[in-house]
Amino acid sequence: MIEKPIMKAEEAVKQIKDGSVIMVGGFMGCGTPLSLVNALDKQGTKDLTLICNDTAIYNPDKNLVTGVAPLVVDKRFKKIIASHIGTNRETGRQMNAGETEVQLVPQGTLAEKIRAAGFGLGGFLTPTGVGTEVENGKQIIEVNGKKYLLELPLFADFALLKAKKADKAGNLIYSKSARNFNPIMATAAKVVIAEVDEIVEIGELDPDDIVTPFIFVSILVLNEKKNK
Amino acid sequence: MEYTPDKSKIAKRIARFFKSGDIVNLGIGLPTEVANYLPEGVVITLHSENGFVGLGPVPKEGEEDYDIVNAGGMPVTILPGGAFFDSCTSFGIIRGGHLDYTVLGVLEVDQEGNLANYKVPGKLIPGMGGAMDLTVGAKKVIAATLHFDKGNCKLVKKCSLPLTAKGEVDYVVTDCGFFTVENGKFVLQEYFKGYDPDFIIKNTPADVIIAPNCKEIDI
Repeated sequence: MIEKPIMKAEEAVKQIKDGSVIMVGGFMGCGTPLSLVNALDKQGTKDLTLICNDTAIYNPDKNLVTGVAPLVVDKRFKKIIASHIGTNRETGRQMNAGETEVQLVPQGTLAEKIRAAGFGLGGFLTPTGVGTEVENGKQIIEVNGKKYLLELPLFADFALLKAKKADKAGNLIYSKSARNFNPIMATAAKVVIAEVDEIVEIGELDPDDIVTPFIFVSILVLNEKKNK
Repeated sequence: MEYTPDKSKIAKRIARFFKSGDIVNLGIGLPTEVANYLPEGVVITLHSENGFVGLGPVPKEGEEDYDIVNAGGMPVTILPGGAFFDSCTSFGIIRGGHLDYTVLGVLEVDQEGNLANYKVPGKLIPGMGGAMDLTVGAKKVIAATLHFDKGNCKLVKKCSLPLTAKGEVDYVVTDCGFFTVENGKFVLQEYFKGYDPDFIIKNTPADVIIAPNCKEIDI
């Protein structure tokens, strides 16, 4: 079995250039790879497109900044595709001021669009959003008398993931509800960078326990600070 | 007759819909409080759309595990027998009709069963999160809301805000009463002590009819 490169976060994010499309795992910051987020922020890469469930929590009054929020605050994105931005007031401010384009996608549709990309599907039919603004500009297809929207796949250049444990081949195991979008995003990007709390030798993980098979993973980064 | 907002009445009444074995998703905010009022002996399973079933109570201070959060990103617990899964499975559970109930908050709900709860154009745009999937997927959709907000009734003839879901709301529970949505009308099934059907009909700018077996409930 071939071992995957193990890099420092700063090194791993170097290939991410201005204008790249990135997917970042996590839900309100839970399951977001913070070493990678911080390294990318420090690198100063801009005009990125973000695909993420939400823009995490930004509440300076309560000293609460989670997940991808620092990237939003430092205006690294030209476009954000997410299901929820309500807990990061800076995202809303940038959207209303016309500084950042925000596209809201229902959460289940977002997950499935990413899955469709990674699983080789041309799209899928969902009842979600029929009769709402979400259907604008989309093809409506009736199947057995019920209306569905045709939703198309969503790809990225890079996926930044968080997992609990990897072996050196790149097989991944997640922690609790920090799994969320991570295993799906692993399938849908050209380069997949996984930040993990522990890296073990090949053969040490029970193949029955592996959630993301090594074939989806490009680079491993060890989370040395145990960022949560 | 005077209106006094009381969210606990809403949560208490909604909790009485459930029977043991039901799989339920509670929205963040007022709907979350429903879990505090389950009748004795009723055991339901809570689904958390970020990726698990078996949502348990908020942990004691100092015992938080930040890898177990609810859909609002706050630390919670998982009960014995619970299970974690990815977001696709979570929304497969939702859209696939595997939830018995979803309870959601309201900006506006109308007599056609339309719900608006995710944006006020130009002002407040939090996003729909999982609400659009929950409303099309759950077997029963319960809208939970104070009857009035800043003097405005939340039950309207026609939603003016962008819709979260079209015609998906089954029940509306306010702190004045419980309504079903049937054939383009709110049907008052129960009115809560302190209010009567006259007060509710006079102060609700939508078509409300009284169910034949409508009754007063002391909640």
